[in-house]
Amino acid sequence: MNDRPIALDMRDVRKVYRVGDSDIVALDHATLSVERSEMVALVGPSGSGKTTLCSIAGGILSPTEGRIVVGGEDITGHSESQLTSFRQRKVGFVFQSVNLVPFLTARENLLVVDELGRRTGAAARERADELLDDLGLTDRSKNLPSQLSGGQRQRVAIGRALMNDPELVLFDEPTSALDTELGAQVMELIRSEVTSSNTAAIVVTHDERITDYCDRSVNIVDGKLQAA
Amino acid sequence: MRLALRELVRRPARFVTATLILTVIAILLMFLGGLLDGLIRSTTGAVRAQDADLIVYSDTSQASFLRSRIDPATRAVVEEVPGVFEVGGIGVVQLGARVPGNGPRDLANVALFGYELTPDGVPDPPAPGTAWADEVLRDDGVEEGQTIALGPARSPITVAGFVEDTSYLGQGGLWAEPATWRAVLARNRPDARLGPGVFQALVVRVEGASPGEVAGAIDAATGSTETLTVDAAISELPGVEEQQSTFNQIIGVTVVVALVVIALFFALLTVERTALYGVLKALGARSRTLFLGLVVQAVILTAIASAVGAGMVLVIDRLIPPGSIPLYVAPSRLVLSAVLLVLAAIVGCAFSLRRVLRVDPASALGSSS
Ligand SMILES: Nc1ncnc2c1ncn2[C@@H]1O[C@H](COP(=O)(O)OP(=O)(O)OP(=O)(O)O)[C@@H](O)[C@H]1O
Ligand SMILES: [Mg+2]
Repeated sequence: MNDRPIALDMRDVRKVYRVGDSDIVALDHATLSVERSEMVALVGPSGSGKTTLCSIAGGILSPTEGRIVVGGEDITGHSESQLTSFRQRKVGFVFQSVNLVPFLTARENLLVVDELGRRTGAAARERADELLDDLGLTDRSKNLPSQLSGGQRQRVAIGRALMNDPELVLFDEPTSALDTELGAQVMELIRSEVTSSNTAAIVVTHDERITDYCDRSVNIVDGKLQAA
Repeated sequence: MRLALRELVRRPARFVTATLILTVIAILLMFLGGLLDGLIRSTTGAVRAQDADLIVYSDTSQASFLRSRIDPATRAVVEEVPGVFEVGGIGVVQLGARVPGNGPRDLANVALFGYELTPDGVPDPPAPGTAWADEVLRDDGVEEGQTIALGPARSPITVAGFVEDTSYLGQGGLWAEPATWRAVLARNRPDARLGPGVFQALVVRVEGASPGEVAGAIDAATGSTETLTVDAAISELPGVEEQQSTFNQIIGVTVVVALVVIALFFALLTVERTALYGVLKALGARSRTLFLGLVVQAVILTAIASAVGAGMVLVIDRLIPPGSIPLYVAPSRLVLSAVLLVLAAIVGCAFSLRRVLRVDPASALGSSS
């Protein structure tokens, strides 16, 4: 247990959205731990709270109740600017829709993470080239997103999520925009990157087949987690 | 910040329209400023050129040379006032001048001064019957050594040489010794003729005292004068304040238009970028960084517009025929206009600040469509 420290520890997290006069419970006493280099599939129907869970784990949304610790840092009481700095250092996101910066090349889309955060310069450029190589994008590094295929864009987004060497990477339906075959390729890439970079990962999906690439699956229904 | 610069370089097309509009505004602003400067310059040159501290008019003249009379007795009183160092008489007559080679109705407007103390850039008075001519009269065909005929009496004045920036109420300055001026005045404006030793006004150099106090002392001693500092005399010239306030209002409105253009353009751009800003915030971008990028883009656009505008106004200045409109393009005016535009750009961006702050990084996740 000790050689695989906990990367994410969520305890009794509740998220209630208030819409008009009614409360929507998007997450209900969710408790989840993910270890380093462990990959957890989060499976559930639409509206069950998957995106909400990822947003809270990644520090872009504050919970109504509960405690969240990522890589030893308790972010429960963090201010907005503390959360910004936390995201720079410890989390990677791959969004449901591919959101690359349209006027930056593939390589620059990775480097943007460094420019917004630590500004390590040469070290960041080295890391970007390494990631692009792993992702099979070396010969596409100077292409703009509009000059890449859907699968290639998703791979750039994966590279961007790993740029800051995060403790935790959150994939929100990374393959929903891709066909089955490309989806499988991207999942294999994610699997090998997560293993080699020793980070924890949560992969959100509707798709049962994707769970095969993960170490375990967690089901979510109406904001409640249950082991598969 | 680098992101903002890259966007400018990579997607110039998005910014072209706004830059063009701002360029037109910059041209307008600089052109209007140049017109104001030109008008003021041609109105006030002769008074501005006075190398003195005070101008003494008679107290009923409302600071107009034409209505003012200072006789030798009054002058003697002024010379005795403590702090008065040097006193010179001055007078002017505004006339149409016939220039050899021009048509009979093509008169040059001149203001012939008689003077004792030399203004800035004007040498000592030349020989009787001759005068230093202002550069602007070259546009009317006036040349050195030429004799021009002044007023209905066609009084001959020979041009001894040229001086600069000495126009008076839009008329080109001619600078002669007092007797020459008095003679031309007597022959062309018999009703306004002045006896020997009588001037319209006095220019006074002060030493060892404050000009304001000396002015008060002069008026107290004579009991019949109104003494103004040179700066006050300039703003008392007919039309100066009206021109300044009218033009400054138009310039102000133009700056506001620039501000509105910037505010609208960047507000639209911010709305368009909401998704991108959400993603960047999720990746750890601070609102401050994103807003700074916006300001940097706005400042660069206005700086480019100002530079192009300044270039265009310089070209316009070359192209318009000399003497047709009183455009005077001064570097200080161009710089001032550019600074106003850049400030307008920064203020304009501020309208988008709240929107940038309010972009929610959580909007980046889960936006499936
Ligand atoms: N900003 C919000 N305001 C109010 N309710 C919200 C908000 N965001 C999500 N919800 C609600 O919270 C619940 C969980 O939403 P969430 O986006 O986490 O679902 P999801 O499992 O990601 O769904 P999908 O598979 O469709 O992406 C839903 O009922 C949703 O309507
Ligand atoms: Mg979702």
